[in-house]
Amino acid sequence: MSTTTIPRPSKPWGINFKQAIPDMVAAFATLLITYAIVAYTPLKGKLAFVIVLLIVAIVTSALISGIRRDRKAALNSISTVMVYVAGMFVIFPLGSILFEIIKRGIGGLSLGIFTTDMAVTASDAPLNEGGLIHAIVGTLYIVVIASLISVPIGILTALYLTEIKGKAAGTVRFFVQAMSGIPSIVAGLFIYAVWMIALGIQYSAFAGAMALAILMVPTVARTSEEVLKLIPNDLREAGLAMGGTQWRTVAMIVIPAAQSGLITAVILGVARVAGETAPLLLTMGGADALNLNPFEGNSSAIPFYVWKNFLLGTETSIDRAWAGVLVLMIIVLFFFSLTRFLSGRKGRV
Amino acid sequence: MSTATSPLPPKREITTKPRFSDKVFRAVVTTGGFSSLAILGLISLFLLYNGLNVFRTEGLKFITGFDWIVPLPEEGLPAQYGIGAMLYGTVVIGLIALFFAFPISVGAALFLSYYAPEWLKKPMVLVIDVMAAIPSIVFGLWGFFVLMPHAEYWAKLIHKYLGFIPIFDMPANAFSRSPFIAGLVLAIMIIPIITSISREIFAQTPLDRVQAAYALGATKWSMIKTVVFPYGRGGVVGGAMLGLGRAIGETVAVYTVLNIVFDIRIEVLLSAGGSVASMIVNKFGEANPDELKALMASGFVLFLVTLLINFLANFIINRTARE
Repeated sequence: MSTTTIPRPSKPWGINFKQAIPDMVAAFATLLITYAIVAYTPLKGKLAFVIVLLIVAIVTSALISGIRRDRKAALNSISTVMVYVAGMFVIFPLGSILFEIIKRGIGGLSLGIFTTDMAVTASDAPLNEGGLIHAIVGTLYIVVIASLISVPIGILTALYLTEIKGKAAGTVRFFVQAMSGIPSIVAGLFIYAVWMIALGIQYSAFAGAMALAILMVPTVARTSEEVLKLIPNDLREAGLAMGGTQWRTVAMIVIPAAQSGLITAVILGVARVAGETAPLLLTMGGADALNLNPFEGNSSAIPFYVWKNFLLGTETSIDRAWAGVLVLMIIVLFFFSLTRFLSGRKGRV
Repeated sequence: MSTATSPLPPKREITTKPRFSDKVFRAVVTTGGFSSLAILGLISLFLLYNGLNVFRTEGLKFITGFDWIVPLPEEGLPAQYGIGAMLYGTVVIGLIALFFAFPISVGAALFLSYYAPEWLKKPMVLVIDVMAAIPSIVFGLWGFFVLMPHAEYWAKLIHKYLGFIPIFDMPANAFSRSPFIAGLVLAIMIIPIITSISREIFAQTPLDRVQAAYALGATKWSMIKTVVFPYGRGGVVGGAMLGLGRAIGETVAVYTVLNIVFDIRIEVLLSAGGSVASMIVNKFGEANPDELKALMASGFVLFLVTLLINFLANFIINRTARE
């Protein structure tokens, strides 16, 4: 019995150290040349450094590939550098946004802002006075009411598209897709036209919630449709074969099977509308005091609070706006991670 | 042997007629399904109804004119409403946004599909999804306080070196709150949309063609140029149009970083621009009932334009995805 030694898998297509030397030299040269250009020419500053670095990197990589192989390889390296740069560009703004929100918002954050409103606080009062409880309550109201209105409509739309598959399914799908693109300000104007002009009712959280519901319907409908599509047809056929009516099959088999996905759809809709500002400006009035009645009287929401403080423009009100943005982002990201968590769990089952 | 022949049970009636409960179910679901159509119809109806008077008195001048004059009641002059300048401004900032966002988004989608190492793909998709979830007011504040100081400096550089081109000319030393800066903020907002749609379309490129290109000795770039781009062109264009639709309808983020002026200026670095959506918020606060009607009419125009762009974009994307 001889034991055969299995050779370690090699990667002949890989690049060994010797082949990598020119690349490393080139990378080093790129940095050096860039530094020299920025140091000894009038091009100064970080921006100049980035741009010069980009150009020099493209030139050197193209040169190396061109010398090693041919024009095609040179083109390939140019495109590679540019694609990598584009990839980096996408990450950069988010990093900056999150960093700035935390840096500027953390100062205005204290326990007090979750217990007081702005009813008796001047715009230039110190940060430890006043708070945004009225805005948090308002956001809570409008998000819950908007969900109550839009979730039935959204899920019924999805059921129509996947279960009934009527003649108009294509048209409905097309319109729902287009509806997700309507500007939020238009939804606000529409509610204003119906609620305030036609019916003559005053500003309220309910009006704001209706505007948000319009924006939420397409998100819920489209995500629910995707989820319902994933439910295998066998389940539906099994339900019908057992003698169930379509109604029983959908209610007792399809929807329970799709439950976690549907919840994800709802939360996705909530995350979509929780930060909406424009429609609220036209429908909610923007109060400074806590208003516990969602059907009557001016009320506020966190985006509205941020907006108002931003427009006031004093130093402390700007700080308040950033604190509001921080709270808003925490809420939005919470809902966002909730959808991730739920859809991740669904994948495991 | 005789057996008692038991009588056969009567034949069951076999029918495809839905039960009563199913009829109700189907009626309810169909009603729900059509309610989004109804909402869209109601939106256009109400905005049109409220704006009709303005459309009638202003006629085509509402679209082409660029004066928004609201006379005081004691002056007794006729009001003038024209959103030509705002429409022009909206198109300008939309195009600036696309100019920056399109190459970056397509590049990022290519990076995610063909260049990125496996471990980087998931976090990067997450980053893009988070960016799509950030509310526009956050972009507005960030754009005003963080991006604008930098962007003003970039604008000055552009003016210094490219000022001989008319669009980079500067009649006054006012670089802040320009269409250029609004376009930059919008670009960052629409990058996630274009990137994720382009990525979806690129992912549908038939693998056999990709492998065939590699087998023929293509470099990565020639493979992309000859296989991925021709295949996904429609989808990428559709994604760009969806991004443009978002940019045109954006209100709050543009309002914070754009100085709204009722004038058509070709200089994009100058602190004067327009946007229909932001103008509505700008004028809404102190609008009299008559002016409100004009704002409703502007909203109707905005609604129609975005709906049209979205129709077209979705049509193109769906067609590409199906092929």
